[in-house]
Amino acid sequence: MNSQYNMLSQEALAKIDREVAKYPADQKQSAVMAALVIAQDEKGWLSQEAIAAVAGYLGMAPIAAYEVASFYNMYDLHPVGKYKLTVCTNLPCALSGGVHAADYVKEKLGIDFDETTPDGKFTLKEGECMGACGDAPVMLVNNKRMCGFMFPEEIDKLLAECK
Amino acid sequence: MIEIEIDGKALQVAEGSTIIEAAHQLGTYIPHFCYHKKLSIAANCRMCLVQVEKAPKPMPACATPVTNGMKVFTHSEQAVKAQKAVMEFLLINHPLDCPICDQGGECQLQDLAVGYGESASKYQEEKRVVPDKDLGPLVSTDLTRCINCTRCVRFTAEIAGFMELGQSFRGERAEIMPFIGKTVDTELSGNIIDLCPVGALTSKPFRFSARTWELSRRKSVSPHDGLGSNLIVQTKHDRVMRVLPLENEDLNECWLTDKERFSYQGLNSAERLTKPMVKQGGVWQEVGWNVALDYAAHALRDVAKTHGGAAIGGLLSPHATLEEMYLVQKLLRGLGSENIDFRLRHSDFSADGKRRGTPWLGMKIADIGGLDRVLVVGSFLRKDHPLIAQRLRQSAKRGAQISILHSADDDLLIKLTVRAIAAPSQLPARLAEVVKAVAELKGRPVDPALATVGAGDTAKQIAASLVSGSKTAILLGNFAQQHPQAATLTALAQELSGLLGGSFGFLGEAANSVGGHAARAVPGTTGLNAAAMLKEARQAYVVLGAEPELDCADGALALAALTQAAAVVVLSPFKSQAMLDYAAVLLPVSPFSETSGSFVNTEGRVQGFHAAVKPLGETRPAWKVLRVLANLLEVAGFQFNSSEDVRAEALGGQPEFVSGLDNGIDGGALTLAASANGLERVADVPIHFADALVRRAPALQQASDSAAPAARMNAATLAKLGLVAGERARVDAGGTAKVTLRRSLMPVCPMAWCVSRQPMPIRSRWVRCSPF
Repeated sequence: MNSQYNMLSQEALAKIDREVAKYPADQKQSAVMAALVIAQDEKGWLSQEAIAAVAGYLGMAPIAAYEVASFYNMYDLHPVGKYKLTVCTNLPCALSGGVHAADYVKEKLGIDFDETTPDGKFTLKEGECMGACGDAPVMLVNNKRMCGFMFPEEIDKLLAECK
Repeated sequence: MIEIEIDGKALQVAEGSTIIEAAHQLGTYIPHFCYHKKLSIAANCRMCLVQVEKAPKPMPACATPVTNGMKVFTHSEQAVKAQKAVMEFLLINHPLDCPICDQGGECQLQDLAVGYGESASKYQEEKRVVPDKDLGPLVSTDLTRCINCTRCVRFTAEIAGFMELGQSFRGERAEIMPFIGKTVDTELSGNIIDLCPVGALTSKPFRFSARTWELSRRKSVSPHDGLGSNLIVQTKHDRVMRVLPLENEDLNECWLTDKERFSYQGLNSAERLTKPMVKQGGVWQEVGWNVALDYAAHALRDVAKTHGGAAIGGLLSPHATLEEMYLVQKLLRGLGSENIDFRLRHSDFSADGKRRGTPWLGMKIADIGGLDRVLVVGSFLRKDHPLIAQRLRQSAKRGAQISILHSADDDLLIKLTVRAIAAPSQLPARLAEVVKAVAELKGRPVDPALATVGAGDTAKQIAASLVSGSKTAILLGNFAQQHPQAATLTALAQELSGLLGGSFGFLGEAANSVGGHAARAVPGTTGLNAAAMLKEARQAYVVLGAEPELDCADGALALAALTQAAAVVVLSPFKSQAMLDYAAVLLPVSPFSETSGSFVNTEGRVQGFHAAVKPLGETRPAWKVLRVLANLLEVAGFQFNSSEDVRAEALGGQPEFVSGLDNGIDGGALTLAASANGLERVADVPIHFADALVRRAPALQQASDSAAPAARMNAATLAKLGLVAGERARVDAGGTAKVTLRRSLMPVCPMAWCVSRQPMPIRSRWVRCSPF
């Protein structure tokens, strides 16, 4: 294995290979989103080196992978806490208390958007529409777990759950 | 063809064209920012919105294909309303800093804002600010001005071959940037300055030095590579302030290499020689022209009288004009010397006397795009011929198969079909294998000299690619032309193109590599070539525009020959310490910007140009200096009133293309030399070290292509030599390399690929060469 991909484990590379196999052989870069997810799951966040490693593995320019990684806010370009909470503040959520939900979390954790608690446990992010406006206000935990109807008592429950 | 109507005017356009292309055909201007004819369609600026009949809303003209019977209105109420609305959006975040913006006066946004913008903005909120990026020493950024048209992004990805810029983040936060910590390193980077429709990307060397309306413009021709790019030289107060491309679809299209764009800085170098100088009793003195010319004439006459004309040698830069070369050879021949040569970097002259004509590209540059199979032999293609590489890059995308046989595996950023890398001494043998394989595939007899050659798999792959095409070309690069067995490589290429029914040619090394032959600046049958007149050192030399210690194949030998000579007459725009050591008289002659003259490019096209500025100090055009020198030496036939007179005599008129272009050689032996053993050195001529002018351009000397000397070799070779990557090592390949590396400030060879025969070279480890 070439040294430049050393920062990704064999397991991660094997997972990326599975994604690459879904596309024609000359269009490996179609797998960039999945590959960045795999790299982030393994490393916790996407460092410059991790993005370059993914780009190199898929035979694309590093800046092209960075474009993708910087476009979506599920990709973390900086280290985040153990629990990354993303609160949707787009219009439908905002009309149903999304902004209040965010304010409540801020007050409870004592941090603002794009900040991490001093104990490194929580990071708060402002999110865009997650496609579940009917369940507003909506929050996302660690990019993958969706929580709906996040009124104060639900938020308390969620925060208590996050040990 | 389909019929459409634009603003009431009917026209026929090709199927598949867009509205904006159709409008251009008609001469109708549609405002736009992101659209560029050489780049892919992005349709993200929305400035080109036009009204199309039956369409419910305005359509982007750059991305809407025409359909039969389509009626387009470019200036209707709906179109103009849409365009004005887009302009309002574009100006929301654009700073009002035109008075301090370098783009002011040549800014598309400024121009279109006059036509489509309102006098005041309704937007009261905070404007966005984007941090600037460091793109290197050539391109300066003011990204707050960026309108995110992505022309620069598309240029690096599509034209330069590697996406060095991208648009990161999203929406209002979107910004143009290189990958974190990287700069834009392509040899074509300056073009993004021209492409940028606003002042976000501007020229770093030119910054804040002049306004576009203060500059005078003169057409000129690039004095660097063999393409002969057309230039617009912009001047102020008799000083060249910047150089821009003059569009010529047959040559440089609308591009320029960074070397051509920024080398003008060297014209204003502190090393310019501005007064004639003579050395008397070991001391240099600035003198008047008459004294210097008398001194030079005496020196040459003395040597000719005591030792015969053959004791004089002429070393001419291949970047000198046709007229200058013609006059030097005429002068030297008038003094009885046949020792004249401009092929300073060549090492094999055995084809001389066997050539049918002047070696050239073998085709028009514009025809390169029509080739479907190309084999490039011995070329640092991307650095030596950036814009020809660009043409081949586009060909490869269209399906042409490009292969390379070379000694260094540098990334051409071209989709290659076969890449064959061999040690220098092996190049002829590997090319012979391709010839053999093609002959076998074609069922044709092969030259008896190649009977014993056995074609390997790589050669067979190249051959299979070549025979499957209908328009093939074999292109010999600078490395092949400078190769110790250049004649064999030429003979093999000729054999190969004969078998394929295609063409073969030479990628012109310098601005006047074809012109040198046309000017007869080559030795006669009794004369000595560039290498021989250094090996058999002469009593006197006339040096025109060259710095032989840096420009000759063997710099150390050149320096030794010049140092021992009784008289060295140098005609040069620059002076250097080496020159002061070996020369007896220095005559300041004009660089290309200060003289009229012509260059003959690699396709044989004669391109004349005029002076853009007055000569600096007491510098004079070399053709005038040579005329006076000849008169002093009483050599007949120098009654020229203009450089055009000289050209007319040299070329027998004012032809568009020189005559006698023929790459053929007769009786070229296909003898393959025995393979060498051990480590071989592959040295390139780095892009920004190739001629005296570019060596003195400070911004280019800071570019990544001018990085400090390094040697590269593969891991096995490192281990065998007991070296460690990253540590310093001494590269010693005879006298040449010693001189090369000792000149640490301006090395002729900052990079040395050390290639071993076995195993095959893979550039995976670096070793630094120490200056010693």
